[in-house]
Amino acid sequence: MSAPSTRGETRLVPDRLQGRAERLLKSWEALLLAVAIAIFALNVWSSPYFLDPWNLSDATFNFTEKGLIAFALALVIVSGEIDLSVAAILALSSTLMGLAMSHGAGTPEIVAIGLLTGLACGAINGMLVSGLGLPSIVVTIGTMSLFRGIAFIILGDKAFTGYPVDFAWFGQGYVWWVFSFELLLFVVAAILFAVLLHATSFGRMVYAIGNNAVAAQFSGIRVERVKFLLFLLSGLMSGLAAVCLTSRLGSTRPSIATGWELEAVTMAVLGGINILGGSGRIGGVVLAALIMGMVTFGFGLLNVPGIVMSIFVGLLLILVIALPKLIGRLGRAKRKA
Amino acid sequence: MGLLKKMLVMAAVSTALVANVAHAENKKIALVVKALGIGFFDAANKGAQEAAKELGDVDIIYTGPTDTTAEGQIEVINSLVAQKVDAIAISANDKDALVPALKKAMERGIKVISWDSGVAPEGRMMHLNPSSNPLIGNMCVKMAADNLPEGGDVAILSAAATATNQNTWIEEMKKVLPNYKGINIVATVYGDDKTDKSYTEAQGLMKAYPNLKAIIAPTSVGIVAAAQAVEDAGMTGKINVTGLGLPSEMAGHVKSGASKSFAIWNPIDLGYAATMISYNLVTGKEEAKPGAELSMGRMGKVKLDDKNEGAMADPFVYDAKNVEEFAKIF
Repeated sequence: MSAPSTRGETRLVPDRLQGRAERLLKSWEALLLAVAIAIFALNVWSSPYFLDPWNLSDATFNFTEKGLIAFALALVIVSGEIDLSVAAILALSSTLMGLAMSHGAGTPEIVAIGLLTGLACGAINGMLVSGLGLPSIVVTIGTMSLFRGIAFIILGDKAFTGYPVDFAWFGQGYVWWVFSFELLLFVVAAILFAVLLHATSFGRMVYAIGNNAVAAQFSGIRVERVKFLLFLLSGLMSGLAAVCLTSRLGSTRPSIATGWELEAVTMAVLGGINILGGSGRIGGVVLAALIMGMVTFGFGLLNVPGIVMSIFVGLLLILVIALPKLIGRLGRAKRKA
Repeated sequence: MGLLKKMLVMAAVSTALVANVAHAENKKIALVVKALGIGFFDAANKGAQEAAKELGDVDIIYTGPTDTTAEGQIEVINSLVAQKVDAIAISANDKDALVPALKKAMERGIKVISWDSGVAPEGRMMHLNPSSNPLIGNMCVKMAADNLPEGGDVAILSAAATATNQNTWIEEMKKVLPNYKGINIVATVYGDDKTDKSYTEAQGLMKAYPNLKAIIAPTSVGIVAAAQAVEDAGMTGKINVTGLGLPSEMAGHVKSGASKSFAIWNPIDLGYAATMISYNLVTGKEEAKPGAELSMGRMGKVKLDDKNEGAMADPFVYDAKNVEEFAKIF
């Protein structure tokens, strides 16, 4: 028997708490888009050199390779894992590409070796994490030293130079006008990863695992296999980034891409990927890549010392992460009052 | 809203930080260093400013990445190309990786020279060595040997394993070793030009080689860290730290006795000379080609060899007698 007070009254039960438009407006991507537009406007306002097609084209190289890594890393993080070995995989891929080149390999072989090395490294990470059930942060800190260590053993203080002329196209070539091959690759990868994460059952499995791996397991998702595939993908994208960066630098040293794992993680987290797993969208990562690239280039145009850039990116990261929490608290305080 | 406001404040701060508001008619010469916040390069900037003052119509853009990486320097180079600077004078983190970016700069009409740490010939017009590599290598071993008449074990604490100039000097040290009887180089370790890592590597050397008599650190970061490690371990007087360092950073360690002597060329002179050469290339007064003699203002002339390289001057030794005086300068 129901209470008499509610009898006869109609109650509205919304099937979602916010409307589609409102949700979109309050989303992380909207916030990032606002930040990106603000930074773009600031750059235009502060330097006469910013709005030049070729200058902007040069600036895209600041984020394309890191972005390629960040896309795959975003998926790994959504699944509740992390891959800190991405930069080391890049270094090892680049080193083995150089080794192949020094033994007379042509451009197709060099590229294949770069990608395969990435896949192999990813497979090692994947096997250790999903096969042995080890925590990914420990595994990838270990393989980070391992992969880069091998690169150092092969190269020491030397460098591989003299890549074939046509190999330079991957990192220095242009598809049309100011649009570089790397930028095209970045756009294509963004679309592919967005589809994979947001429009396939595989993507939904990744979210499910990130939210509750045990529940996902019981609902029939082969958790370990998905995780293995994610590490494989992360390795492959690191190998792809290695092809691009090696081609752009025209040389390989074992110290190549030092510290990029943290920049890729920063990109993912700034892009709204929950570091604890379970949520985040590829669109956010794309915007975060653009923001970081524009900040680096804009400050560079003003000859602001690099350390100020690091401070700015750090502040931006803390700010963007803290903002939703602060807004939530403010909202609660208002409701109480 | 709060975010936007903060962004605007940030922008205001960063605009205030921009030191050089360039005059349109002035020549813009960029002094690009391995990383900002290193005393040696700040001193080089002082010299560049001196040259700019002397020349009158020059703006110096003093810049570099946060870490000593090639990727960071390429980002800096790209933004300099975008600003259409007239010349780039760079101390390279990687002699090969910078070549494509610097080639592009030259294609767009920018004069590119390297100084201190060189770029491969196809990526620059000329390279200014602070001194000649054989003389530096020899001086490092000589300073260690002068205090070891009986000979003994010596170790090298270098910068990054990929650092172009350190590796060349270490090679030269090994070449002259037969001239110094009884001096053995027992190990070469790398502190990556980071204070903490260099300190740990120096500690490691002392533990691994109990008979160690001297540490040669051909890097201004490493030598200070090594001297500190020797002092902290109570080995002052037993292990002599020598190599290349800055007087202002080393004065205390010379006083304490951890370092009896060290050498360096004058970075002020180096920044000055690099600026003068860049200026003469920009104005078209001089051309960088093998055999050419380029003028460096008060530093005289530098003769280029067949690889378009030249040496500015001999390294200079600092000890208890003169270090205080130079510590005030750089």
